[in-house]
Amino acid sequence: MGYLELQNLHRDFGTVKALNGINISLGEGEFLSLLGPSGCGKTTALRLVAGFDRPNQGRIIVDGKDVTAVAPNKRDMGMVFQAYSLFPNMTARQNVEFGLKIRGKSKGDRAKPVDELLELVGLSHAVDRYPHQLSGGMQQRVALARALAIQPRVLLLDEPLSALDAKVRVQLREEIRRIQLELGITTLYVTHDQEEALAVSDHVAVMYGGVIEQMGTPSEMYTAPATPFVAEFIGTMNRLDATVVDGGTGEVEHAGMRLRVDAAQGRRNGERVLVLIRPESLELEAATNGGAPNSFVGEVLTQTFLGPVTRVKVTGSGTNLIADMSTARAAALPVGARVSAKIPSEGAKLISLPDDGPGLPVLDPDDH
Amino acid sequence: MADEGRVGISTDAAPQALRPDIASGRRRLPLAWLGTVPFFAYAIAFLFVPAGAVLLGAFQDKNDNPTLANVRLLFNHPYIDAYKTSFEISIVTALIGGIVGLFIAYAAIREGTPAWVRSILTTFSGVAANFGGIPLAFAFIASLGPLGIVTVFLKNQLHFDLYGQNFAIYSKLGVEITYMYFQLPLMILVIAPAIDGLRKEWREAASNLGAKQWQFWRYVGLPVLMPSILGAMILLFGNAFAAYATAYSLSSGSVNIVPILIGAYYSGNVLDNPHLAQAMAFGMFAVLALMMLIYIPLQRRAARWAK
Amino acid sequence: MTLSAVIWLLLGAAYFIIPLFATLLISLKSTQTGKCCTAHNYGWVLHNGDFWHTLRLSALLAVETIVISLALFVPTIYLIHLKLPRLRPVIAFLALVPFIVPPIVMVVGLLRTFKGTPDWFYQKPYGFLAASYVILAFPYMFFSLDAGFRSIDVHTLTEASQSLGAKWPTTLFRVILPNIRSAALAASFLTLAIVMGEFTIANLAAFHTFPIFIQFVSESQGFPAGALTLMSFGITWAAMLSLLLVGRKRGARGAVIAGAR
Repeated sequence: MGYLELQNLHRDFGTVKALNGINISLGEGEFLSLLGPSGCGKTTALRLVAGFDRPNQGRIIVDGKDVTAVAPNKRDMGMVFQAYSLFPNMTARQNVEFGLKIRGKSKGDRAKPVDELLELVGLSHAVDRYPHQLSGGMQQRVALARALAIQPRVLLLDEPLSALDAKVRVQLREEIRRIQLELGITTLYVTHDQEEALAVSDHVAVMYGGVIEQMGTPSEMYTAPATPFVAEFIGTMNRLDATVVDGGTGEVEHAGMRLRVDAAQGRRNGERVLVLIRPESLELEAATNGGAPNSFVGEVLTQTFLGPVTRVKVTGSGTNLIADMSTARAAALPVGARVSAKIPSEGAKLISLPDDGPGLPVLDPDDH
Repeated sequence: MADEGRVGISTDAAPQALRPDIASGRRRLPLAWLGTVPFFAYAIAFLFVPAGAVLLGAFQDKNDNPTLANVRLLFNHPYIDAYKTSFEISIVTALIGGIVGLFIAYAAIREGTPAWVRSILTTFSGVAANFGGIPLAFAFIASLGPLGIVTVFLKNQLHFDLYGQNFAIYSKLGVEITYMYFQLPLMILVIAPAIDGLRKEWREAASNLGAKQWQFWRYVGLPVLMPSILGAMILLFGNAFAAYATAYSLSSGSVNIVPILIGAYYSGNVLDNPHLAQAMAFGMFAVLALMMLIYIPLQRRAARWAK
Repeated sequence: MTLSAVIWLLLGAAYFIIPLFATLLISLKSTQTGKCCTAHNYGWVLHNGDFWHTLRLSALLAVETIVISLALFVPTIYLIHLKLPRLRPVIAFLALVPFIVPPIVMVVGLLRTFKGTPDWFYQKPYGFLAASYVILAFPYMFFSLDAGFRSIDVHTLTEASQSLGAKWPTTLFRVILPNIRSAALAASFLTLAIVMGEFTIANLAAFHTFPIFIQFVSESQGFPAGALTLMSFGITWAAMLSLLLVGRKRGARGAVIAGAR
């Protein structure tokens, strides 16, 4: 049994089912991200754990104790909000020591842990500033220290970086992870930014429509999306509608073309599937006369410079494909050039279509 | 401000025509100033000269010679009593109106109260805050006067004789109760935006960190609102202190407050010493200035975190 | 909704409604019998020549005050937004002074200053009284119009108009004014509410305006005074509702506090 358990949580707002049966089990000291688009229920789930809201059904268990009915101020959970949550009338230090003050700790007992925390978040130089004198990033550091000061049983973060600049965002997410590992604190992190979630988490749960679509380690989520939604949401993915034509050799047909995909071996003939190919595993070459095996022939539509990598969009035979390749190689394939795109038979994944409805992630046996 | 446009355009053909905005801006500056002359002239004629006349007149005798006699007289009976009563009415209605208004505004704005309650409250407050003077006095005489509807109801239905309890609508307490009718809505109008500024996150963060509701208000809610509360209360004080018509009509001019005393020197036949009225007007200035002297450091202290 | 919220709101509602309800009951009582209910008091008011006379006077005073105030403030605030931003704090201060100075003090000063000026000014409501009321309107004019001008891009509008060949009167009347119309209307309705209820200056300067008439009636005729009070309340109500309607965009915010105490 995990340290933090969410068991069959339901929450309705009128006719809207914000949460429709959520189950999560998180070990002590682990970092789980709830990832999904806005309205998917991830913040609702977090607020249930914090106690700001009560579930219609289900239980929340921390360290073996059912806390579902416990008031938020007795739960010992530290929470970091999106933004502007610091008490504006208190300095950074006063904000951080607030929780200890409420717990009746004397001034002397408060000083040391508060100083240590402010140092941990790198704000020793700004302890006496008021929130409006701090940058957005610094405010979130104070908010983090404030949440940690009460030595919470679980740390809750509700999109803490969404209001910050891109650069600060990357820097701060790494620090959050560093501090989390250093303190070994069980953490629930809500975000809509898949890159962020993959970068910092032990586990990621992708939510959509009030249910968890898939839960796993970041690399599992990236390399083996279990549902079309997860495939779409995490990273960029080429998706080809196809039908299995030969389950023995692993051949599928897409737009009149036959492709070999290892993952299709053992599939029932005639089964509808979605072939998923990451842009970085698609290989582009200038088209020679004869089409290479397992390849599309098309024309370069656009090139988007992304630094070391250039994203090339190819169109042909009614299919659009995206490929990421080194900028140097992309220079040889200008817009309008005829190219062939090779589908890697090993790198491509398959998802059965149509899916079996939300709530039951369709796991592909070949992927494990 | 008459012809500035035409003049400006005609000079635009000058060498600096490449940057007409700067060229015309420089040329037009004096003319633009000229455009504000009517406003300034009016303010001086009808605001500054009269205000100066009051200040000056307070220190002059009948023959316009300088004297302190008028101002000195203010410290004697009945003038000093009028200031005391005025001050007391103002401070009581500012404090109670301020606190009760705060609670009503918060009740309307807080989570869980439907949004239409707030818009109705704001509309009604806008009307009530502007409903003062003679009609207001009459409405309260109709309710709490000796034959008022509420007085009679209490007497006949609940056997409670309000006027047997030493209450009278034309007493100090009666004036205070009546003033509440515009003090409360004024407080609601002024404080509502500040209550809007209280973020949900603060309450949740406090609760999350273990604070009970009263602890949130003690350490966060009230300190954050305090600058606005103080500002609103000083406004309420000035509002009550300046009020004349309501008290005049309630008591037929018998309540001993400063504006009524000043008025008596004009509407009565006691015009022999207008300088005394001017001294009393000066005294009102002085009280308001004194209040500001107390208010400003309080405000600065309460708002030091916002600087 | 919590119980305490309901209690506070009910308390506020009771405080607002009871005096009006009492006034309504009084206004329906018969002068002869002292019993309810008759519309006779309303008839008495409507057939009273002084009622119409003073109402007309106050209404005309309001119009005059509004016209003079707009003529003073619109060009001034236009200029501080267009050319003289540094002057804004000065004008703001001047416009706010009448907020701080009690009307009773103001009238003492005004009476002293203008005593001995020609009768056509000093002895006439459309002279002395209107001039004083313009001062009372200062804060509301400034708040509303300043907010109104801030919400439009004065520079761009003016330059666009001039680049199309418009002279400044055309710019002001055809381009700027239509854009600040709601702010000007908001200020006007507030001024209307103030002037229709102003008692202090009128009483001390001895002019017979509408509020003076109400006071006179309430001293002598209790039940008709109830009818009159409700009518006066109706005027305030109408002015405030108009204000809310025109001010829905902006401009009226924060300026809904007037006072005819």
